[in-house]
Amino acid sequence: MDFLGWLFISFGIAFFLSGTVALLRFPDLYTRLHALTKADNVGLGLVVTGLVLQAGSISVALKLLLVWFLVMLASAGVSHLIARAALAAGYGTEHGP
Amino acid sequence: MDDPHLFAALVLLAAVTAGLIVVLRRPSRVERLLALQLLGTTTVAVVLLLAHGLALPGLRNLALVLGLLSSIVGVAFVRYGKLGSDRKRRGP
Repeated sequence: MDFLGWLFISFGIAFFLSGTVALLRFPDLYTRLHALTKADNVGLGLVVTGLVLQAGSISVALKLLLVWFLVMLASAGVSHLIARAALAAGYGTEHGP
Repeated sequence: MDDPHLFAALVLLAAVTAGLIVVLRRPSRVERLLALQLLGTTTVAVVLLLAHGLALPGLRNLALVLGLLSSIVGVAFVRYGKLGSDRKRRGP
């Protein structure tokens, strides 16, 4: 169980790293936003899954899952808001406005 | 570094710091907001790893609050920040 948890945590960290790389390398705002919010939430989900497997008590596991659920909900909403506001403010894509 | 959880937290922190330094030097304000969102999500993961590694269960509550606050930053920025030239978009 401990080993399985570490497997998940390692994958989660890999997703976080790829999210950071995407933020630095992707061509325009919307692709960056997409990469950032997806990769990060998968990364957080994998880290939380790994920690749940190592948690050892139901209440701790439930709290970890609650954190993940709230962050996922908030991140989805905020990324939508940012994209809409950026579009209204006239930010274009790499292919034009 | 007796607990690998602390090492994992350190790796995440190093990655997000490198990303932040590069992105904060970009001119656009939305880019900086994106960096802040990245920092928010990563910090939640770092704090959760620290809660396990340091055996401090109270840090899990901190992660909960951090996750909510980072989303409020995004909402406030979109609602009141000046993203660009469009100043009349204040509706719901």
